[in-house]
Formats: sequence, C-alpha cells, structure tokens
Amino acid sequence: MKIVYFAWVRERIGKAEEMLDPPPAVRTIGDLIGWLAGRGEEYAQAFAAPRSIRAAIDRTHVKPETAIAGAREIAFFPPMTGG
Amino acid sequence: MPVPLTIRIQQNDFDVAAEIAALTRGRADIGAVVNFIGICRGRDDGHDVTALTLEHYPGMAEAEIGRHADEACKRWPLAGLTIIHRHGRIEPGENIVLVVTASAHREAAFQAAEFLMDYLKANAPFWKREESAQGTAWVEARLGDDAAAARWTKP
Repeated sequence: MKIVYFAWVRERIGKAEEMLDPPPAVRTIGDLIGWLAGRGEEYAQAFAAPRSIRAAIDRTHVKPETAIAGAREIAFFPPMTGG
Repeated sequence: MPVPLTIRIQQNDFDVAAEIAALTRGRADIGAVVNFIGICRGRDDGHDVTALTLEHYPGMAEAEIGRHADEACKRWPLAGLTIIHRHGRIEPGENIVLVVTASAHREAAFQAAEFLMDYLKANAPFWKREESAQGTAWVEARLGDDAAAARWTKP
C-alpha cells in the first residue's frame, strides 16, 4: 500500500511517500503507527507522540482503531492548521 | 435543483467581488450573501510573521471541503456556495481562504458560513508553516478549533 506523509511528519521521516507491505499482524491504523515507529530513528521521532498524529485512509479521516484492510493510500499528518 | 457549488484549491489570490458576482448573477432568489475571508496576520502570539507557507493534501483537501459543503447544503436552505483555499507562500495582508454563502434570508447564510469555517479549520488537510526572524516553524493546532467544530455536532 501507498503511505503518504505531510507537514512535520513528512519532514521528520524525510520522504513524502513510499510503498510498504506491512505484515498481517498490522491490522489497524494504531498497529501501523507502531510498526512504522520501529522502522528507524527518523520514524521513531515522527511517531513519538501518536496522539498528535492524524490519519486518513483513501482520503477520508479515520481513527487509530480503524482497520487498514483494503486501503490503497494511507496518510499520516499533524492536526490540521488551515483556514 | 442542486445548489451551485464552487470549490477551488489554488496557489493564486482570489477576487472576492468577482466570486460574489459569479454566485449571484442572474439570480432573483438570493436575498443574502455572507462572505468570510481569512487573511494572513503579520503578528501572531506576540511575534512578527514574515510569511506563511500552506501545505495541503491534494485530492483529500477538495474531497474533505466537498463533504463539508454537502453537509452545509443539507442543514441550511442555501442558494449558492463558493469555497476557495490557497496554498503555497502567503505574506501578511494576503488572502488565505474565502467562503461565500448565498441564501434567500440572512440566517442560513450567516450560520452556514460559520459552520463551514469551523469545520474547515479543524478538518481540511492544510498545514501552515510560519516564517519569522527566528526561522521557520509549523503552526500548532489550537485546541479551540476542535471545540468550535464540535459545537455543530448534533446530539
């Protein structure tokens, strides 16, 4: 699946997007955050405070407990500051 | 009849008068137009701001604003709606966002505009990075923004 990052999440990880294939045990957004955080120092730093991370599946906001099965694009970003 | 709806995410500035004219031209059913314009401040929380750079999630920004627009049209008898949000580098005094609501009467236009701005601030995928004499920093979300959006949630 395609994972995309925005704002300081993107900056800390050092890339805007990547294709990843998480193991079957990674079922929810929360699981995915935990799995990503273990991929390296830059990921650990980006996901150090999971409560300040927001997520979207296929361009719709989702909660940490949302299942990721069938997702084409998952996005992680900080709380929105537009408007 | 579907409500005439314009949603644009763009780098360029917008012309408020032209957007209102486009929404109301040839319409005899509109008795009220409310517009909200969000403008870049040159001073925030006691320090000078040189510029803001707005990052957005292309595709989701349009989709999310579209969902809010549909919800506003369900809640209020709107006759037209225009929402424009800029991205890229914006200097103090420049426009950031425009919401124009049109209706037969003022209540719907006022309320829908406020609802849309509250929802947009809390949910539309845009992020501001601030430039100042101290360098650049991502703007932190205000707790009040979520609370402002939550007050429109039906019990």
